[in-house]
Amino acid sequence: MTVRFARAEYQRMHAAAAEGYPHEVVGILAGSRSTGDVTEVVPLVNERADSPRNRYRVSGLVMMRAEQSVEARGLEVVGYYHSHPDHPARYSEYDRDHALPNMSYVIVSVREGVPGDTLSWRLVEDRSSMDAEPVEIV
Amino acid sequence: MSVTIQIPTALRTYSDGNAAVEVSGTTVREALDALTTTHTGLQRHLRTDSGALRSFVNVYLNDEDIRYLGKEDTAVADGDTLTIVPSIAGGVGS
Repeated sequence: MTVRFARAEYQRMHAAAAEGYPHEVVGILAGSRSTGDVTEVVPLVNERADSPRNRYRVSGLVMMRAEQSVEARGLEVVGYYHSHPDHPARYSEYDRDHALPNMSYVIVSVREGVPGDTLSWRLVEDRSSMDAEPVEIV
Repeated sequence: MSVTIQIPTALRTYSDGNAAVEVSGTTVREALDALTTTHTGLQRHLRTDSGALRSFVNVYLNDEDIRYLGKEDTAVADGDTLTIVPSIAGGVGS
């Protein structure tokens, strides 16, 4: 699936990644699952205060409430974004091991505080890898 | 015991699109095993190869996290609801 960002939301996601540097930031991508349109970026708090430079987590109850809020606004969860400070926008084995199927995982590479490469990944059926998805800004 | 299991969005392709599935069981484990027996695609996303629930899979019995009850040995009663609530996690790692 192609992940299609509204331009303003893409910029908001990059701004969040830059502001959070050198820590990883995380959030929900909300919009339409059938078209891949992301019309709202929803920042969340990275709960890995013990290792925020290379890890993120958002607990189940927080996720549930955030996703209910998204759905109450008539949107769907298309996927999630997080940043890789001073690392490529490619998924790590840890990313893959913790990924959910049927969701787009957008990774923003932030080099010395500047957001750059932004790639999307989707878990394959047997969980062995993640396939790259096109990202568009509309 | 008849139990309802709430399925999160990411896993609904494996429950024929259903947000909830009715199963029978006397414990959380039996209920989840009944779910994955009839919906086999869920197994690899809920459990590791060793059979443990994946770390990002949280299960609530009604409003309580089973980690604070008897984990998967927690008994379930007729009419109970199990809710599968994924957390999200990841990171560059190294």
